[in-house]
Amino acid sequence: MQEEKTPVTWDTFFGEIVDRNWVLALTIGMCPTLAVSTSVVNCLSMGAAATFCLVCSSVLISLLRKEIPNDVRITAFIVIIGTFVTIVDYSIQAISLNLYNALGAFISLIVVNCILLGHAEAYASKNSVMATAVNALGAGVGFTFALLLLGIPREILGSGTLFGYHVVWEGFQTWLVMQTPVGGFLTLPLWIVLINWLRQNKSSAGCGEGGCHG
Amino acid sequence: MGNSISIFISSILVNNPLVMLFLGLCSFIGVTKKFSEAFCMGVAVTIVTFLAQQVTFLLNYPLVYFNIEYLRLLVFIAVIASLVQIIDIVMKKFMPAMHKLFGIYLALITTNCLVLYVAIVQVSKVYTYLESTAFGLGTGCGYLLMMIIMAGIREHLELSNSPENTKGTALVLMLACFLSLMMQGFYGVGG
Repeated sequence: MQEEKTPVTWDTFFGEIVDRNWVLALTIGMCPTLAVSTSVVNCLSMGAAATFCLVCSSVLISLLRKEIPNDVRITAFIVIIGTFVTIVDYSIQAISLNLYNALGAFISLIVVNCILLGHAEAYASKNSVMATAVNALGAGVGFTFALLLLGIPREILGSGTLFGYHVVWEGFQTWLVMQTPVGGFLTLPLWIVLINWLRQNKSSAGCGEGGCHG
Repeated sequence: MGNSISIFISSILVNNPLVMLFLGLCSFIGVTKKFSEAFCMGVAVTIVTFLAQQVTFLLNYPLVYFNIEYLRLLVFIAVIASLVQIIDIVMKKFMPAMHKLFGIYLALITTNCLVLYVAIVQVSKVYTYLESTAFGLGTGCGYLLMMIIMAGIREHLELSNSPENTKGTALVLMLACFLSLMMQGFYGVGG
C-alpha cells in the first residue's frame, strides 16, 4: 500500500459532489438511491445515515490503515462498516419507528453499499485522516444530493407534496407511477442523460458561463 | 406448504429483486453485456443466495438464544463473505473450468445486496424453515430471470443506433423501467 500525500483542497470536498459524484457520475450505490427516493424525508434520512456511516468508518479505516494487513483488508473494512451501520440501525429504530419501517431493510443494507467499501478501498486506506474525513463528508453530501435530485420530482409528481406539505394546484392529477419502482427507473436515466449532455457541451464549447455546473 | 409455494412465486414475479426491490443493480448494469456472462452470474448468485440463506437461518438460533441479536448484521455479513470465499476455493480445486468461467464475479457476490437482504428479511418476517427456503430460492430465481431477459435485450441493442448521450447506463436503466412496468402487471399473483 503506497502512501500518497494529498493536500486538502476545495476539490477534496466539492469534487465528490459535482465531478465525481458516486451515484450520478460513477453509477455506484444505486440500489438505495432508487429504493428510498419516494419522499424527500426518506431521502434526507437515508443520506444522513449513509453519511454518518461513511465518515465514521472512513476515519477509523484511515487511522488503522498501517495496522490492517493487506490480505484481510476487505474483511476488516466490512466489519468496521458493519459496526457503524448497526449503530445507525438501532438509533433510527429508537428515534422513529415510522421512518424505520419506511426505509425497511435498506438501513441494514448500507453495509453492502458499494460507496462505503469503494471509498474505504480507494481513498481511506491510502490517505491521511484529515483528507479522508473531508473527502468522505463530500461523498456523503454528494450521495444525499443525488437522492434529493430523484426524491424531489418523485414526491411532487407522485403524491403532490413536498416534505409532506401540499405544493401543487387544485385538481392536479398525481402520477401514481412515480411512487412505484418504475418512477425511480424513469427519473435516474433522465438525470444521467442531462448530465452527459451538459458534459458534452462543456467539453466541446470550453468552460463557458452556463456550462460549468455539470 | 401452500404458503411456501406462494412465497416462492411472489418473490420471483411480484417482488422481483432487480426491478421491483432494487437489489443488486450493480451487477444488473455491469454484467449484462453478454448473455453467457449474465447467465453465469445469475446461476452463481442463485446458488450463493440459497446457501447463505440456509446457513444464516440456522445461525439465527444461537444469536437469539444468547441474546446477542445486535451482532446479527456483523455475523451475517461475515458468514456471507466467508461462504463466498469457501465456494471460491472449493470450485478452484474441484471445478477449475467452472471457476474460470465465473472469474471475478464470484468475489463480487459478497457485496451484492440480494444475499444480505434475504438473510435479514427471513429473520425479520419470522419465516419457518420451508418458507425461508422458498424465499431464498425464489429471490435467486427472480434475479436469474431478469439477468437473462436483460442480457437478451442488450445483445440485440448492441447494433441499434441510440443517441450518444443515452449509451451505457442510462439506456439500461430505461430498459429496466419497462421491465419494471411489465412486472407490475403481476401484482396480486401468489398472494
